[in-house]
Amino acid sequence: MSAPLSNAAFDVFASMLKTRSGLVIGPDKVYLLETRLAPILKREGLADLNALADKLRYPGSETIARDVVEAMTTNESFFFRDDKPFLHFKTQALPKLLATRPSHMPLRIWSAASSSGQEAYSLAMILAEARAMVGDRKIEIIGTDLAREQVARARSGLYSQFEVQRGLPVQLLMRYFKKEDSGWRINEALRAMVQFREWNLLGDLRPLGKFDIVFCRNVLIYFDQQTKAKVLEATAALMPEDGLLYLGGAETVLGITARFAPLAGERGVYGLATSTAHGPRVTAGVA
Amino acid sequence: MPHTCLVVDDSRVVRKVARRILETHGYAVTEAADGQQALDACRAAMPDCVLLDWNMPVMDGLTFLKNLRLEFGPENPCVVFCTTENDMDHIEQAITNGAQEYIMKPFDEEILIGKLAQVGLL
Repeated sequence: MSAPLSNAAFDVFASMLKTRSGLVIGPDKVYLLETRLAPILKREGLADLNALADKLRYPGSETIARDVVEAMTTNESFFFRDDKPFLHFKTQALPKLLATRPSHMPLRIWSAASSSGQEAYSLAMILAEARAMVGDRKIEIIGTDLAREQVARARSGLYSQFEVQRGLPVQLLMRYFKKEDSGWRINEALRAMVQFREWNLLGDLRPLGKFDIVFCRNVLIYFDQQTKAKVLEATAALMPEDGLLYLGGAETVLGITARFAPLAGERGVYGLATSTAHGPRVTAGVA
Repeated sequence: MPHTCLVVDDSRVVRKVARRILETHGYAVTEAADGQQALDACRAAMPDCVLLDWNMPVMDGLTFLKNLRLEFGPENPCVVFCTTENDMDHIEQAITNGAQEYIMKPFDEEILIGKLAQVGLL
């Protein structure tokens, strides 16, 4: 039988996850360690999490450490998740950007913490559907994730029957997917619009370049205040004056950084605080 | 007024599962075991939505759909196929003949409700 997780072992996981990914876990999340790391215990022939923690304390455990971080930071994702931010992007942000930018300027979009790729491909589908409006303008969609396995999955563009039915209208399935024996694969043209890269949000983001639109949803919730602020400020530095940031439903910039301000009347959409590009702002004092 | 949904499937178990999900979300549900029964039900009282199996005795789902659209026009009721047929040919046939959405079995609450939300029936 496995022994209960010792405090010392818990600290090993907590500090490793914090340092490597920014993920903050409290003692109330022991069950999460147990469920997410069970496959690794089994694979390594370890009795329990204490044994795994022991292993992580010694040099030469880099591969296992990476697997632990991946297992703990991988999150469920589906096409057009939450709907609203995609609708705002399609009907507000995109037309405005296309109208205000010279046509030779590429549009760059970042799906931060892209997981298995559904968010990035959802954006690609919106752009493909808006081809008439987009014209010949160059579009670059970059998805980044910490987890190597997720990046590989996202690149493959292969999804299960369950996954292609969650959030994805059947017309888009018909237009942008091909059925294969092992599932449904995003077609070549759409995959060519999206690039996936292994990248840590806590690392230097500048090599990724500038982004007009940033989707960074349901990842900040796992960070402590300081890490949230660091990631948001580094993100702000990648965005032009009229860039837009989309956060998850349970996330906000208020009380964390003054670099972003919510767009008036919109939930989860933020512009740079210094910008006047999006009309009146909700200031932190008012909200 | 609650939305109404006619669940058409020759499996009583599938009808029961769908009914339970739909009722949880406020639908008034009626049932039919084949396409002919479903057509009769639509003539008697038109539902907002039809959840439609493909392979059934007496009249299959596609034949029902064609008859329905011929008799009542292209828009209403909203038809969502719900079938084990999961290849592109079947999907294209269904949509070309006037279905609004398509569910590949097995389905769960999230898929069914998600699809109904997409067609504006939630």
